[in-house]
Order: sequence, then structure tokens, then C-alpha cells
Amino acid sequence: MPETVIQASPRLPEDAIFSVVVEAGDSFVHEIYQGQFVRIVDLEGNQAVDTLFYNAHDYADRYSAQDTIREQRNIYLTTGTKLMSTERNALLTIVADTCGRHDTLGGACATESNMVRYAIDKRFMHACRQSFLKGALAWSAETGRELDKRDLTANINFFMNVPVTPSGKLTFEDGVSDAGKYVELRAEMDTLMVISNCPQLNNPCNAYNPTPVSVLIWNATQEFDV
Amino acid sequence: MSSSILWEETLHGSSTWSHILKRGTALRIAAIEDNTNVGAIFLNADNPSERLNLPDTLKAQHIARLSTGSVLYSDMGRILCSITDDTLGWHDPLGGCSDAALVAKKYGSSTYQVARNNWHQNALDGFLIELAKYGLGPRDLMMNVNFFSKVEVFVDGSMHFISAHSAAGDAVELRAEMNTLVILNSCQHPMDPSHEYAQKPVSLTLKQVEAPGLDDVCRNFRPENGRGFTLTERYFL
Repeated sequence: MPETVIQASPRLPEDAIFSVVVEAGDSFVHEIYQGQFVRIVDLEGNQAVDTLFYNAHDYADRYSAQDTIREQRNIYLTTGTKLMSTERNALLTIVADTCGRHDTLGGACATESNMVRYAIDKRFMHACRQSFLKGALAWSAETGRELDKRDLTANINFFMNVPVTPSGKLTFEDGVSDAGKYVELRAEMDTLMVISNCPQLNNPCNAYNPTPVSVLIWNATQEFDV
Repeated sequence: MSSSILWEETLHGSSTWSHILKRGTALRIAAIEDNTNVGAIFLNADNPSERLNLPDTLKAQHIARLSTGSVLYSDMGRILCSITDDTLGWHDPLGGCSDAALVAKKYGSSTYQVARNNWHQNALDGFLIELAKYGLGPRDLMMNVNFFSKVEVFVDGSMHFISAHSAAGDAVELRAEMNTLVILNSCQHPMDPSHEYAQKPVSLTLKQVEAPGLDDVCRNFRPENGRGFTLTERYFL
């Protein structure tokens, strides 16, 4: 594996305009406006943060994993990655990353896929797509805008390690993240962010111990041409 | 496995096709020329909110390519279609589809007014127009498969389109495990480095096939697929 590039952010937590802790198994839905920065911090280490993004003005225009990886000709997300939408807009850019790489092919766990992947009697176990749906439906009820199962598409798994091999195999490996590592993104347009802090207990994506993450937001800096 | 042919037709190059492939039938797609590409998306025709989920498909089978034995999972833990036969060993689940801007940049624009049915088309618009015929829209679009194409991923994560992957006569066969709305588009792969706009037709063969037995190659490809078949069979009980 090539050396991962670590890029720290100059922004200080005390200057953030918003900060929240999202516990494992919870969802979090929030708008990130053009020019704002959003940071997700892996507070205790090896925690997968399943995340969807939408054009805040048109949810049909949403994060596209295939367009993002094809545009940069690389399947891993890190500093410099532009998150592309299905209508080929750049939604956000990763501007800092102290973890080094993030997955966008592993998808989000679901009670139904857990039955396939582990055992049919695992249906009762909490899963990301339960959280996604809960968050989406609550947002829809609050805003009166449509957001439901049809909008839950391929997501990003921040801090998750899903290597693909040249022979075409895909595996879930122990995380490459650690306590305090973070990823920071600048919104290139007004976006809606939907997070599920992953509750998965059946594989090493959370080191079998799902833990809280924090989300911080900063306003646009003056030098950024909004 | 015994099967009987229902009908055969040709899908022209750079065009879109759709059909509700019924459980118990199969679709064989065969290349007529070298270096073909056929993009494909899949939805449960009886409930289109259930559709192909490529991340679930890849992680359930520990694969980043599709071939004989692989199945296409929906987001609901069920199998839409199985790949029961394949001469290539690798079909691409990563590259996505072309769009109008990409096609114009790579091949130049060519309108219908000037070029008639040789005009330059793109896969994204093809998928969206076809989805609309079933009352579906951009929210129903999903990550697509590219049959007959190969994108290799190096250890550093970089993606490399393999030119000259497929040849005339190569074929892939999909058996429907559910009533599946299959939408195909024969535009070139978006990572194809060729700057020559090419319309490559494929032949389509629709068949009646036997239900998958206990010794089925797809059912036994992975323990996960055994459970996937069980859950799919329960859906029809």
C-alpha cells in the first residue's frame, strides 16, 4: 500500500459555529452551506461513519460513488477528493484528512444485508440503513420535503478500510483510523448531510466496538470566494 | 440445464432497452463486435423502491468484479438476477455511466438533425428516459454494472480501464430470481480511452429456464448466496 497522505486543518475547534457528538447507532441530519467546512472526528478510533450528501436545493441530485471515484481515477477518498453528484456537480471537497483514506464501495449495513452476510437470525440487530431511514423521515417531516428510502444511495464510509485487490477481490479490514483522527470537507454548494454512526457488531469496521464521533462546522473563510 | 428460447433480438449500439425479466426466465447478452460495453440497472418490477445495490452485491460476495456464480443483490437482501454463465470472467461494477458532457468532450457533439440515428448519445440520459417510461425518475437511478468491461484497481486504489477486454462472441447470461425491470444501455464505457465514437450492437436472447437447484453454481458460490436464495424464495411464498 502506498504511503497515505496526512493533511491537518488550520481550523480550531473553539472557532467552530456548531459542534455535536453523535453516538453510535444514531443518525444526524444537517445542512452544510456553500463555503462552510464540516469536520467529522473519530473520537475513540476505528469508527465507521456512513454518510450521504445531497444538493440542498434538489435531493434528486445526490452523492454518487461511481462518479466520484471515476473522476479521480481512484477508489479511495482522501484530501483533494471532490465528492461528485449524480448530475456531475462537485458537492464538497475533502480539504483535510488525518486518517488517510476512506471507503465508498462498502455501502451501509442493513438488517436485510446482515441476514445475507452473517445469518438469517441477525435481522434484529441495529444497522445503518435503519438510522438513515429514521433520520431521513424525521427531516422530511420537519421540512415537508420528500426524503425516503429511494434517496438512500451509495454512501461514503468515513474511517472505514475496504481494500480492493488487483484480482478483483473486496475485503473488510481493520480500520486505519485511530482516536482523534478526522476528515474535513468544504461545501462547494449548499448541501444536506445525512450521517449514520455505524452500529455494526458483526465485522471489524468498528473494531467490534461502535463509539461516538463528533461533527464540527465552521463558517466560510474570507479567502474562500463564495 | 434445459432451456427454451422465447425470442431473440438485437440491441443497437448506443441505445437503451428495457424489459421486465420474469422469475424463471433468463437473458443472454452476446457481443457481436470486439470491445463492447453494456451498462445495466435492475429494479424489482413489483416494488421499484427495491433495486440493485452494488455495495451489498460486492461485500456479500467479497468481489469487485462480476462473473459466473455472482448474483446481483437488491437493497432488501434478495437476489434480482444471477450470472449463470459468462465467457469473460470479469464485468465491471465500478466505472459508472457516461453523461452528455463527457460524450461531447470526448467525441464531439453530433445532433440528431445532422446525424440521424448515428447521433452521439450517452448512458445517463438513456437510463433516465427509460426509467421515466415506468414512472420512475432520477431518485430511482443507482450505481450501474458495465457488462463486457473491466476496470482494474491497483493496490494504491487507482482505477485502470482495460482496453480490448471483450471480443465478438463473448456472452453473459442473467437468470431472473425475481420479476426484475432490467434496463440496458449500449453506450461506450465512460473510462474507455478511445476517442472514436462507436456504436456496438449486442444480441439478446430471452429464455425460459429451470429454477435453480440445490447444486446451482450461483447458490453455492458463497455461503452468503445460499442465504440470499433462501430469502428470495421466501419472498415468493
